[in-house]
Amino acid sequence: MATYAQPIATRRRASGIPTGRLAMWWLLGSEIVIFGGLLMCYLLFRHSYDHWHVAASHTNTVFGAVNTFVLLTSSLLVVLAHQAAESKQGGKAFIYLWLTIGGGLTFLMIKSVEWTMEISKGYTLPSNLFWSFYYTAAGIHASHVIAGMVAMAIVSFDVLKGRNLQRVELVGLYWHFVDIVWIFLFPLLYIAK
Amino acid sequence: MASTTIAHAPQDDHQGPHHGPGFYVKIWALLMFLLIVSILGPMLEHPMLTLITAFGVAVVKAVIVAGYFMHLKIEKRFITYMLLGMLAMVGLFFAGTAADIHRLQGTNWVNVARFQYIEKSLEEIKKLGESGEHH
Repeated sequence: MATYAQPIATRRRASGIPTGRLAMWWLLGSEIVIFGGLLMCYLLFRHSYDHWHVAASHTNTVFGAVNTFVLLTSSLLVVLAHQAAESKQGGKAFIYLWLTIGGGLTFLMIKSVEWTMEISKGYTLPSNLFWSFYYTAAGIHASHVIAGMVAMAIVSFDVLKGRNLQRVELVGLYWHFVDIVWIFLFPLLYIAK
Repeated sequence: MASTTIAHAPQDDHQGPHHGPGFYVKIWALLMFLLIVSILGPMLEHPMLTLITAFGVAVVKAVIVAGYFMHLKIEKRFITYMLLGMLAMVGLFFAGTAADIHRLQGTNWVNVARFQYIEKSLEEIKKLGESGEHH
């Protein structure tokens, strides 16, 4: 009988779901506390310091809205990649994954243009507490976008060969979470002025 | 030679109906509609409407992404409880610190440093606004 090793993440299922997916959910649970803590701090200070709305009025809503559109669309693309992987269409999943990476790249390019404009106007990390929060929250989020893009790129080449297709769902879960974080950052940093 | 057969987990073992691409496109269209609402709502400059359209809609969007794109609706129930537990921890943090942070002064105390910070920040914002207009 043929014997070959499958990663433990795909076969041990004491919890009733594949261990890889369970691990991803735990990771996302810990991320909730990281981003949740940051956003709660922002809310507490925003509520305490009325003058923050003056600083917030300098953020560009158009950039924020376009980036929300880009991330929501990339979420659709990664869920389509997951669906293609489920039906064992590795090539199709590969294309969707790279379209998602393209979405992430677009997001980062828009962010860099936006930050360049803000920094050139003198709104930098040490300008005041609002801008400190702004750059910290958006910066941590952007680092998660980069991490997601790298993970997707690594997974995609295996997927193209028809291997480890279940990993598409795992990177997809991560990407959707990054999207959800932005869904909350958008009104906090760009809408409430 | 000893051999073992490894039980493979299926690609997808979610408990529930599976949807086609058209379903996910519809969900995306709904998210786009909600995005437009969250941008247009605050333009009316009514505080309550801003709260509902910006933050209320953000919660709805997050629930839709988690429920349908992340398949939380058909995921094992304990995952939802675990995530809600994490959110409860964040809520606990908020409740534990809010009382201290929100008050500038009490019966026998005044947060002098914070008053100074507000004054300093207002001056800085004024300066930044002026330099921003020159750019």
